[in-house]
Amino acid sequence: MDEMQEIIKNYVIKEYVEDDTELTYDSPLISGGIVDSFSMVSLKRFLENKYNIAIPDDKATPEAFDSVNKICALVREYVK
Amino acid sequence: MSNIGSYEERIKNFDWQIAEKELDYEPGNMINIGWYCSDRICEKGYGNKPALIWEGSTGNEKRYTYNDLRINSNTIGHFLRGLGIKPGDRVCLFMDKIPELYIGFLGILKMGGIAQPLFSAFGDESLYVRLDNAQTTAIITQKKHAPKVRKIMDKMPYLKHLIIVDADPSKPLLDREVAFDMETAEKVEKFEVHPTYAESPSVLHYTSGTTGLPKGVQHVHYSLIAQYLTSKWVLDLQNSDIYWCTADPGWVTGTSYGIIGAFSNGVTQCVLDAGFSADNWYRFIEKHKISMWYSAPTAIRSLMKAGDEVIKKYDLSSLRHLASVGEPLNSEAVIWSEKVFGKPFLDTYWQTETGSMMITNFPGMKIKPGSMGKPFPGITATVIDPETYEPFGETGKIGLIAIKPGWPSMMRAYWRNEETYKKKFQNGWYLPGDRSSIDSEGYFWFVGRDDDVINTGGHLVSPFEVESALLEHPAVAESAVVAKPDFVNMEVVKAFVTLKPGFTGSKDLDLEIMNFVRKKLSPLAMPQEIEFIDTLPKTRSGKIMRRILHAKEWGEEIGDTSTLEND
Repeated sequence: MDEMQEIIKNYVIKEYVEDDTELTYDSPLISGGIVDSFSMVSLKRFLENKYNIAIPDDKATPEAFDSVNKICALVREYVK
Repeated sequence: MSNIGSYEERIKNFDWQIAEKELDYEPGNMINIGWYCSDRICEKGYGNKPALIWEGSTGNEKRYTYNDLRINSNTIGHFLRGLGIKPGDRVCLFMDKIPELYIGFLGILKMGGIAQPLFSAFGDESLYVRLDNAQTTAIITQKKHAPKVRKIMDKMPYLKHLIIVDADPSKPLLDREVAFDMETAEKVEKFEVHPTYAESPSVLHYTSGTTGLPKGVQHVHYSLIAQYLTSKWVLDLQNSDIYWCTADPGWVTGTSYGIIGAFSNGVTQCVLDAGFSADNWYRFIEKHKISMWYSAPTAIRSLMKAGDEVIKKYDLSSLRHLASVGEPLNSEAVIWSEKVFGKPFLDTYWQTETGSMMITNFPGMKIKPGSMGKPFPGITATVIDPETYEPFGETGKIGLIAIKPGWPSMMRAYWRNEETYKKKFQNGWYLPGDRSSIDSEGYFWFVGRDDDVINTGGHLVSPFEVESALLEHPAVAESAVVAKPDFVNMEVVKAFVTLKPGFTGSKDLDLEIMNFVRKKLSPLAMPQEIEFIDTLPKTRSGKIMRRILHAKEWGEEIGDTSTLEND
């Protein structure tokens, strides 16, 4: 567990999970229907604001956003 | 050989009695969509045929035969009747694409209720205005969506039952809540289907307009006639087909063609209840050997974006026929599908109010990529002058699409809103609110909406609703919402916002406002871009001129600004 994983997981729970569904770092977010393709835009915006990065649109794919761990890997590519 | 055969021949000899006869229906007889989609298929000897193959996001699968569909819809109908729900009561389906949604829809219709499907991603405000307008008696939902309903329960004394299909037995239910588990409920073999007739209300779908609250589009059981025949002739559903309609029954495509058209034709249909990914969709087609695929331009463009390499990983040779609906299908997507799947997606044009396809491309017809196609047999459609409401005497002119009223699935009312309903008709024509032209061969070419409604990913979003939600945010003074072009979704929501004193536009405020609207209305309505500006363009009488902001987004001429304030 690292800080980034925890921050992103907590944000996803706060913003996108409506009931008491438990989330792991590998829970499928997009394919699992927790975050839909429209909401991905706000999640991307959160990551960009939080880590002061710009994620190119062609990298912000459903596959790249499909779990907290995959998102962390993507963010790390752009964090200096 | 396709079901329609020759389009030209069908046009010449068309009568809706073709569908009535195939369905053994005679005017004046009882007609109940729920019965036609389950019991009738069993009576024809297909009770053991798979009707619904459902797959969830973790790959778990459930299968239902037509006999299962019959018995489970009986069971739901019996349960609702037992709760005291009466024919004509509105029963809302607020669920993901789970089997209970499909079968519950049939159960509601069989007990005489009016099915009111709502998109499960709606926020509590979107949900409330639609339930309040319909004065809904019961809502069927999942435990994951129940908190949104609970949040507004106190404002809805008319809502007598919150039915949870997967309630956690360890947690107590609250006042007005009841659990119903379709799998473990005592099965009802024999059920007295409520005697509905051609004009009995069946389905209430909500759609957005430019102004005012969403409108409840009320359909009747006779809509089956058009939904059955368009499924058979345009989607070309055949007995051996494995059909996949990707639409969510929270919207009209998901009910007209994801439930009624599919089951009344007795085909096997597959449902994937998982978020979008190109890999997963192609895997699904390969696994279930999908032969007929009805999807949407947004999904098709997302697949294009994912590239052609991923397609090579899967055997998609089962696909024999493809069609699309939701927004105009651009010519690039048609050409791309022909290249990668060996067949084009056929565009179909219709809307919530029409209940079934109006203008479409047909199997066997010459396809002009980017065209909407031609009117379905029995549909009189043309393009009229927006000033005189008279059809143009020549081809190629852009005007309003107009359809002669009277087809079986035409909406019968906007729920409790007769005034708006009447405005949809001019000079004897029904006006869908879209602009188009017709070429010399009779093909229709879509141009755009005739109002400010935003079509994002095939779903209509009212700028008025989004603006109203924005104004409830403590930082927002004024707002104007317009469509912004988008490759995948065709249009997305963009908001121009002025802030109250003491607030400054920032990235964090931008995100906060986005999430505020998403939770209140829905992810579709969430502005994907917010621009903080000092003042909004207004007329001298103070009306916000969305037209100017829209033109700016689309790189169009701004046009007449003579009424602009401070001009």
